[in-house]
Amino acid sequence: MSEEKIEQDTGSEEPSPHRLIGTLAVAGLLSGIIIIAIYLVTFETIKENKARELRESVFRVLPDATKMQKLLLKEGKLVVSYKEEKGEEPIYAGYDDNDKFAGYAIPSDGPGFADTISVLYGYRPADRKVIGMWILASRETPGLGDKIYKDAAFVANFDDLAIDPPIVATKKGKSKPNEIDAITGATISSVAVAKIINKGNAYWVSKLPEPGNEPAYEVPAAHTASSRAVDTQAP
Amino acid sequence: MAKEKLAYDEFMKGLWRENPVFVQVLGLCPLLAVTNSAVNGLAMGLASFFVLLGSSILVSLLKNYIPKQVRISCFIIIIATFVTVVDYSLAAAMPVIHKDLGAFIPLIVCNCLILGRMEAFASRNTLRMSVADAFGMGAGFLFALVALGAVREIFGVGELFGITLFGPNFEPWVIMILPPGGFITLGVMLLYFNWVEEKKNKIDKQLAAEDGVN
Amino acid sequence: MGDLGWIFISTLLINNFVLAYFLGLCPFLGVSNKLEVSFRLGLATIFVMVVTALCAWILNTYVLIYAPYLRLISFIVVIASVVQLIEMVIKKLSPTLFRALGIFLPLITTNCAILGLAIFATNKGYGLWEGLVYALGAGMGFTLAIVLMAGIRQEVEGANEMPRLIRGFAFNLIISGILSMAFMGFAGLFSSS
Repeated sequence: MSEEKIEQDTGSEEPSPHRLIGTLAVAGLLSGIIIIAIYLVTFETIKENKARELRESVFRVLPDATKMQKLLLKEGKLVVSYKEEKGEEPIYAGYDDNDKFAGYAIPSDGPGFADTISVLYGYRPADRKVIGMWILASRETPGLGDKIYKDAAFVANFDDLAIDPPIVATKKGKSKPNEIDAITGATISSVAVAKIINKGNAYWVSKLPEPGNEPAYEVPAAHTASSRAVDTQAP
Repeated sequence: MAKEKLAYDEFMKGLWRENPVFVQVLGLCPLLAVTNSAVNGLAMGLASFFVLLGSSILVSLLKNYIPKQVRISCFIIIIATFVTVVDYSLAAAMPVIHKDLGAFIPLIVCNCLILGRMEAFASRNTLRMSVADAFGMGAGFLFALVALGAVREIFGVGELFGITLFGPNFEPWVIMILPPGGFITLGVMLLYFNWVEEKKNKIDKQLAAEDGVN
Repeated sequence: MGDLGWIFISTLLINNFVLAYFLGLCPFLGVSNKLEVSFRLGLATIFVMVVTALCAWILNTYVLIYAPYLRLISFIVVIASVVQLIEMVIKKLSPTLFRALGIFLPLITTNCAILGLAIFATNKGYGLWEGLVYALGAGMGFTLAIVLMAGIRQEVEGANEMPRLIRGFAFNLIISGILSMAFMGFAGLFSSS
């Protein structure tokens, strides 16, 4: 009913459809130009910010690493990749100053207490150990569940942790190499982190090459700067 | 002179008398979602302020060229453009804050306050008045965001803008920085505004009555 | 608990769009005074959300990989036009359904829960099925919240003892806060086992 009324109100002086479409087209065009302009201006900085953030997380979970490169699984083999691909599931390989392999940084996620928790953890295949853990995103309860990244003692649980048998969170004080101490009052979040790492291991460990055959570090100079999705050099 | 006073009046109207949040109760979604700290509130307030000001200027300049039938679509396109600009600039200049505000920056588009001001004010008034109105409403919204963020941060973490306020014995009210705290804090603030309004009305009535007696 | 199940329960209860993310507050606070109307609005929202998730997936997969900067604007324009189109189709095909849902459709399109759904689903990198389940959970969560709210309001607003000061938005917000607190109890529902 109200629609009809509006039509009657404006019916007498209605501009031609061409003008309406024209106005919208001009508005769309102008907005498109502005958006593309700001995109081009900020593109490099945003890319750099993201790369820096990723680099910092990777170096946090791989204590020895000072360089990194992105690896993708292609036809059962891990290959070095520089481009961003749709639906990719990357892991990252870290290397020390002498280009020696320092471990894999593996992203994994799963249900936490409140929302999905995204974890990045360092894995050293030589002795099958987790050597670092960092929470990329979570919405756990402040003061309790958020200790999974705010509590240094809990994070330190993952500095030297065996993965077989799968990691277990315990409340009684850890006694075995595959156990972590659960946070008091946030057992569910602690268990969730352990489960998420187990999930990552179950998916990745069998797909990784034999220890010693890790992809070698490729010197970044071989590629032009603009084609690189992940900047591998430490600042 | 008179013109200046009018513009000032528009400004104060938005900041206090018709505060978009406390009096008109608009734009609640970004308001509650990001105000778990005063800094986030400030960033979101400034972002909304910029979008509101930019869109107001553009709409009021172009008001004679936009046909009535497609005006809402045009307003939305203009607003969305400014929001995209803010989104990318923030991601480039302040990645940490951008990560905190996350998906709520694009949602400024849906802030009924902004579209409402375009429709009700900027498309009908001169550039000068529209700018004054945008300044007032934007500042009012900013004020509400920072106030809400500050209250929630003080009680929920015991800090203000990251500076610790209380001694080590302070036990934070965690609920305040969780979603329920947002609802309840704003509810109590609205209650306060209602109370102030009620009191003012009473005083006005009393004054009127006294005037009548004299 | 499969991934799809987790997404559904998580958006329906634990991370309820209204009570945990503050999305769709305008209808939640504005239209929740009658149970019947709230329920219909909820159904219409579920419908629009599923359509939105489909649109967002198509846009993300086929268009936005070439032009990521057009995300916001294309979401708004495409979702609004598709919903408008569907509204016209429903009006022609089933006047009954139109009377039940139709009047809400244009209203819902400008609701921030819809845009929020599209943007969150994109940020989380959901595929088609995950996106659809996410939309279903979010829509049903919205319906649940608004129906609960309407029920409470109908009961309370009939009572005359309530002080005049607290009536209206202040009261609704405090009720929402309590509802939101109650929903927090769902956290940990599926991760403890």
